[in-house]
This record gives sequence, C-alpha cells and structure tokens, in this order.
Amino acid sequence: MQDKKPKSVFKEGAITSEFIGNSIYKHQTKTSIGAHNIFLGQVRADDIDEKTVLAIEYTAYEDMANAKFHEIREAAFEQFELTCMHIYHSLGTVKAGEICLFVFVSSPRRKVVFEALEYIVEAIKADVPVFGKEVFEDESHQWKKNS
Amino acid sequence: MYINIKYFGQIAELTQTKEENLEFSGIIVSELVETLYLKYSNLRTKNFQIAQNQELVSMETELTGNDIALLPPFAGG
Repeated sequence: MQDKKPKSVFKEGAITSEFIGNSIYKHQTKTSIGAHNIFLGQVRADDIDEKTVLAIEYTAYEDMANAKFHEIREAAFEQFELTCMHIYHSLGTVKAGEICLFVFVSSPRRKVVFEALEYIVEAIKADVPVFGKEVFEDESHQWKKNS
Repeated sequence: MYINIKYFGQIAELTQTKEENLEFSGIIVSELVETLYLKYSNLRTKNFQIAQNQELVSMETELTGNDIALLPPFAGG
C-alpha cells in the first residue's frame, strides 16, 4: 500500500532524535518493507572570516515550497518502487549540531532506497524555496546558499 | 494594475518589508524588475529569481497579475 496523502513538511525548530526514532518505530507494522534509508541534514558550525556559525534561521515561501515538496514526492513515487516516503524540514532557529532536514524512504528492496533518497535530497536542495540566515557568535549574519 | 509582491530572505531584509502591493503598468517581468530597481537601488547587487503563481519565470514572461515573489538563492537542507 502506498502512502501518498499530503503531509505537512515544515516543523518549527530542530527535528529531534526522539521524533526520528519514533518515525522508524511506526514502520514496524508495515511488514512489506525490507529496506529503509534516511538522510539527516545537520547544521554545520562553519568558520567564515574567523567567525563561527551558531545557528541557521530558516524561512520559506511556504505555499510554493509545499507545492514543490508535493511535486518531488509524486515524481519519486513515479520513478522508484517506494512503499512510503516522509520529508520534514525545519523553520525558525536550528542550532549548529541539530537536525534541520529528515528524509525517510522505505521499499521492499535496498537498491531502490539508495537511489530514491539521493534523488529526493538533491531535488529539495535545488527546487524548494527555503532560505537560511547563518547567525554568528557576535550576532552578525550572512545568507546561506546551496552549492 | 496592482501587483502583490512577496520578498524573502535577504531580499526582504533589503526591502524592509515582506509583502507589498505595487501599481504597475508594464507587461513583462523585466519591466517590473526595473521598477523595483528604481524603488530599491541596492536590489541590483542581489541575486534572485522571480516566481509567478508559485512557478519560476524568466524575465520575458508576461505578467498575469497577482502573486509575484522575489526569491534569493535557495538554502534548504
């Protein structure tokens, strides 16, 4: 059974390890699954001009972002034999070391989940209008840009 | 016509507003961008894309009216 209903992707603040662990636990009842794959994006304490990034403050064009997340989901289900897929992205402040993106794909077989996860994460980075303000120790900031 | 324009990230920082309604008489996106350059001169130094009705559009795209957004480089994930 495919799990295709629209989900809310954005969560306020960091994505906790409890939330991630609980998501894994919830899949124990879906016994057609033989392989999960998980991507966790973590805020990096980059050093830029001798200042260290303390946190990233995320904002988004939420309506467009949700539409893009939906398109990515549909395209991934179309392309890969997935049992289910979950995407969560933070809004607001996420401190260095905390998780800001959680992508979770499941399939009967392992090869599919490796390919699907990379496809989804790259599409999120390229196509979803999310913006990140990197805040330094001295309260100055710069704007993050995906490379 | 009046156009609703949304600003995000560093563009919103520059315009000091997240949203405004602007009276505009041009036809294509580049004309709107020129109008915005007159209002916000520092906008010329910024890198951004334009979305119309939540889809990215080119400078030559015809404006259909509402829901324009100026999007700085994406930084998701």
